[in-house]
Amino acid sequence: MDKKELIEALKEVAQPYIQDEEAFRHMTEETNFIDDLKINSANLVDIILDVEDKFDIVIEDNEMEDMLTVKSTMAIISRKLQEK
Amino acid sequence: MIKDKIISLLPYAEPFLFVDDLEHIDDDGCIGSYTYPKDSFFYAGHFIGNPITPGVILTETMAQIGLVCLGIYLMREKINETTQLPEMAMVSTDINYFLPVLPDEKVTVTSRKVYFRFGKLKCAVELRNSQKALVCKGTISGMISSKPLSQLQNR
Repeated sequence: MDKKELIEALKEVAQPYIQDEEAFRHMTEETNFIDDLKINSANLVDIILDVEDKFDIVIEDNEMEDMLTVKSTMAIISRKLQEK
Repeated sequence: MIKDKIISLLPYAEPFLFVDDLEHIDDDGCIGSYTYPKDSFFYAGHFIGNPITPGVILTETMAQIGLVCLGIYLMREKINETTQLPEMAMVSTDINYFLPVLPDEKVTVTSRKVYFRFGKLKCAVELRNSQKALVCKGTISGMISSKPLSQLQNR
């Protein structure tokens, strides 16, 4: 899965939880889920769980702490997919 | 961890404590009960001349028994009683209501853990009256942290 596909897949996962439509429309790798998309910590957990289902991977607690931006989340997903 | 200990650790007091007893608790869920005294504060205004337990109070009862008591139990190894109690915040509820609850009725709440991951506890809960008839059911979620919640939310 290339970068573009990955960011599109992540957008699909995040959409139900975003609270800032404008920031979501301009979502880039630098976008922060909490600061930019105004997602609360509870819905961030939902996104991580949905990411696990969508990509059939398992995220550890310490990895979740890094998944605050699109970029870091994509990096973790890519690494997990390669390890499979 | 004994059940009375869990109740003593609840961060609630009268008139907003809605747990009398925990009948069972394990890592997958819990069962507890509460009786709404007929002089409870909310009956004076809900409704005028027709006291019925408010739905928000039923939801709060399910949250205190099903989410908070279970959350304390699940966090039992991280609890340092002198310095650090777990902090909890309700983050989502989805409840349907079927029957009214009148003053002095005893209700029993059954909670089943759906998941507890990354600090979020999601439970499927139901509340039944003393005839075991279904009063309300749904899901409630909360964030649990052994760190102060203010830190969590500012991250």
